[in-house]
Amino acid sequence: MNQTEIYNEVVALIKPFAKNEEAFLKVSSESKILEDLGVNSARLVDIVLDFEEKFDIEVEDEAADNIRTIGDAVKLINAKIS
Amino acid sequence: MSHRVVVTGMGVIAPNGHGLSAYEQALREGRSGIRFIPKLEEMKFGCQVAGVPQNVEEIQSKYFSEEDLIAMNPNMIYAGIAGIDCYEDAGFSCPSRDSEVDWDTGAIIGTGIGGIDTIVEKMMPKVSVGKVRRVGSTMVEQIMCSSVSAKLGGLLGLGGQVTTNSSACTTGSEAIAEAFFKIREGRILRMIAGGSEGSNPYIWSGFDGMRVLNTRSNTEPERASRPMSASAAGFVPGSGAGLLMLEDLESAQARGTRIYAEILSANVNSGGHRNGGSMTAPNPEGVVRCIRGAMSMAEIESSDVDSINGHLTATMADPKEIANWAHALEVSPEQVPKVNSTKSMVGHGLGAAGGLETVAVVLQLHKRFLHGSLNCEDVHADIQEAADSIVHKTEKFSGKIIAKSSFGFGDVNASLIFKRWD
Repeated sequence: MNQTEIYNEVVALIKPFAKNEEAFLKVSSESKILEDLGVNSARLVDIVLDFEEKFDIEVEDEAADNIRTIGDAVKLINAKIS
Repeated sequence: MSHRVVVTGMGVIAPNGHGLSAYEQALREGRSGIRFIPKLEEMKFGCQVAGVPQNVEEIQSKYFSEEDLIAMNPNMIYAGIAGIDCYEDAGFSCPSRDSEVDWDTGAIIGTGIGGIDTIVEKMMPKVSVGKVRRVGSTMVEQIMCSSVSAKLGGLLGLGGQVTTNSSACTTGSEAIAEAFFKIREGRILRMIAGGSEGSNPYIWSGFDGMRVLNTRSNTEPERASRPMSASAAGFVPGSGAGLLMLEDLESAQARGTRIYAEILSANVNSGGHRNGGSMTAPNPEGVVRCIRGAMSMAEIESSDVDSINGHLTATMADPKEIANWAHALEVSPEQVPKVNSTKSMVGHGLGAAGGLETVAVVLQLHKRFLHGSLNCEDVHADIQEAADSIVHKTEKFSGKIIAKSSFGFGDVNASLIFKRWD
């Protein structure tokens, strides 16, 4: 799975949690998941669980805490599956 | 100085109708919302019928975002739908998520069993096999007792007290009583009050296990809920939500909004599990005191009560309830005012019951009708003396006062007195 495919999967997994639908239309690697997309901070746990299931990886809590942007998530997942 | 309290809005999602006009029509037509539930047969329940609101998936998409629904179980969905409807019916619009806070409105929305379906179906399978890490963030907000009020508070931006009460089958009426007291004392201008309960076998299984549900009418769902009938054989579980906007009269008049009815009084007490009372049965003295206390606060006489909307569940407690009403009103059984049971159409909504039934009470006062009580053509032998008081078919109603009571496990009671607003 290349970075673009990972990016597309990450965006699809985050979409149901994004309260700012307008911002989501302009989503990019730089989009901040909480501040820009309006994701409730508590839901980061659920998003990371979805990453784990989708990519068959395990994300440690410390690593999850460092995810700020869509790009951060893609980078983390790419490193895990490589 | 105490403030007068009126009803300025209502919202309902019931097994026999969503929305006030559908609910009113169903009540008038005597339309039952009780249906056969295949899942209950599959799970070997004795009672395989229940009252469940219909077409909820279609309805909910008009009220909630995809993000909202990630963490909403049916109980929260029912309370949310009825709450938004109630707020709009009271003349407010459902606000955007970044609106100002409505500091003058609170909510007290009760539930009897709460989010047990979420615990059993979503949380337990993970926790019990050591996967608590995979439970996620959405469980607590669905299983905390206050889930029903908390979610609605966020949807509407409420800034008054937002809380949940729980007192078994008295819950919905108790919530209305508590909201009434707060407004009467001048603590707040408006409260959304009532009850909600989800639809799920795990919510109902404890009652089936107790053998208090009707197991004899699985092939005739619409005849299964039989309050006051000689062939009553237990209650039928129901679900949904019924909520009312209670408002300070001066606030309502200043807004120039429509007023449905006035709440003259409310009373809540318990029987202390004495004198025949227990966890599952009422102390008759407690019931009588509760009703009389409400009448005393309302400053009304027995002859002022034009109709009764009873608790009347279709168990062996129905004849005792009718006797208690007669005793409380100090009349002979023949003189008991017109009486009906909304549960005959929607089943026993548990924590939602008082809310669903009080919406029916206020609709009856406002629209001047009494709905028929289904399935008691064969009036119970111990209610025969009061048989003429039972409303079998919907009739016109010119009365002004309806008394409503709910009684619950724990030997707890609530009574409300409503007066038509002219």
